Amino acid sequence: MSFAVLEPGGDAATALYIVAFSLFIIGVRRGTHPTTAKQGNLIAAVGMAIAVAATLLLDGIGNWGLIVGGLAIGAAIGIVASLRVQMTEMPQMVALYNGVGGGAVALIAWAEIRHGISLGHEIPLDTLIPVLFSAVVGSVSFWGSNVAFAKLQDLIPTKPLAVPGQQVINALLLVGIVVACVSIAINNDDPSQAAFIAVLIAAALLGNLVVLPIGGADMPVVISLLNAFTGLAAAAAGFALDNVALIVAGTLVGSSGTILTLEMATAMNRSVANILFAGFGAAPSGGGAGDGEERPHTSIAAQDAAIKLAYADSVVIVPGYGLAVAQAQHAIKEVADELEQRGVGVSYAIHPVAGRMPGHMNVLLAEADVPYEQLREMEEINPELPRTDVCVVVGANDVTNPAAKNDPDSPIAGMPIIEVSEAQQVIVIKRSLSPGFAGIDNDLFYEPNTSMLFADAKQAAAEIAAEIGRL
Amino acid sequence: MDLIVELTVFVLAAFVGFEVISKVPTTLHTPLMSQTNAIHGIVMLGGLIVVGYADDGLEYAIGTIAIAFGTINIVGGFMVTDRMLGMFSRKPKPKGGEGDS
Repeated sequence: MSFAVLEPGGDAATALYIVAFSLFIIGVRRGTHPTTAKQGNLIAAVGMAIAVAATLLLDGIGNWGLIVGGLAIGAAIGIVASLRVQMTEMPQMVALYNGVGGGAVALIAWAEIRHGISLGHEIPLDTLIPVLFSAVVGSVSFWGSNVAFAKLQDLIPTKPLAVPGQQVINALLLVGIVVACVSIAINNDDPSQAAFIAVLIAAALLGNLVVLPIGGADMPVVISLLNAFTGLAAAAAGFALDNVALIVAGTLVGSSGTILTLEMATAMNRSVANILFAGFGAAPSGGGAGDGEERPHTSIAAQDAAIKLAYADSVVIVPGYGLAVAQAQHAIKEVADELEQRGVGVSYAIHPVAGRMPGHMNVLLAEADVPYEQLREMEEINPELPRTDVCVVVGANDVTNPAAKNDPDSPIAGMPIIEVSEAQQVIVIKRSLSPGFAGIDNDLFYEPNTSMLFADAKQAAAEIAAEIGRL
Repeated sequence: MDLIVELTVFVLAAFVGFEVISKVPTTLHTPLMSQTNAIHGIVMLGGLIVVGYADDGLEYAIGTIAIAFGTINIVGGFMVTDRMLGMFSRKPKPKGGEGDS
């Protein structure tokens, strides 16, 4: 039992909560299938509206001005941000939303502990422990997500930033947090608010330090992990407030988010522990980024590329983040349209982590009206590549690097790749030979059957489409 | 609610979460993450409860910020997910017959 005044009693509210979390479960369930996903999201949103309404109906809720004000401000920001965000910026938007969710958890924990102290009697441990847990995890999630956002938005370097003695500092912070929490819990008849604030600050530092050293390529997994953590923190807040809706919804996100995180990490052939404790750049091995030496490569113009494509029988397009950045999805679709008019078979090979998040590229291509059935997953397309005439790599880099297969010392060794070098010919559209997210050179660029087309992806695609039209 | 009842609910919900998410096509990873992200915005209810029963200045402030944060998480999360999934709603074949704006 928790503070009597915060007891959100009432059978009516609980009944509505049950309806709400049932809708969450149905919504997530439908979210796992392409045809029902949109509907599932709406169902979950309706569940949320019911849960909010049920809470506002609780007896004795006051301070309506503040409640309505907070809701209005939050809704306004949420609506404007969601409408303005570009499809390419979705991953960092999700990071940001996750961050404010974590921030909300931490703030609620703080308000609760203040309230508990002001009541002047002992705070029961079954309230205090969840409060401390949600404070720590919420704070870590808030700061970690903000760092992830800043990295994806290129506000801070995406390269792994290593702090000397990193692991030791993190471990010490964690120990300090645990010790402070235990001391607060032992003195639960008169907990120190100062100690609690110190815990919040230490957790904030930890959130920054854990995410800063992680390279941009691993960010999706990190965001997904922080998402799961925020869910657990919300569940803990539910324990503290005796609120069943928070417990079920938070736990649902915690466990489903954990599975999603593992699936994403598997798709990248990385372990979560590996990502958290060793950035790509932490152990620089073969093929260092800018060693300056120029390796021989073939460079072609848009016209040559157009000819190669127009007289091919089958073309596979491998889109990557460069396509997203250049907003080239529509131009690429035009190339595909031109080719299809000439009877060339076109499909798109989508690496599980193409773009900056799993599924990100599918969304971008769908935006350009690329038919769903032309999008092929990596495992499906790889066996067909040796029979493919031309592979066009647009702004993708690390996910095509044959070093992942051939060089056991490469930092990306073992990462599943789209085996474009198996195709008869490869055209790489890219601004320069510069390395990708993983910060390593791509051997593909120097293979004899590879031609480099140095240009902005959108411009190059438009030129190629025009050239094919003229042929 | 008893702690033991809450723990029961917690464990069952955890299993539901594990079961619900098995074998998701990669395409849906990001939208699904975004949707579950919106769902944890439910913590905003905690903000409502805190503010609803608050009686000191700092609690008002903290709680109101928490409500605003949680609402951003909820509203933004569901809307962004809807936009992402909207990209898949078109039927692959027919060129006309598209209902929504």
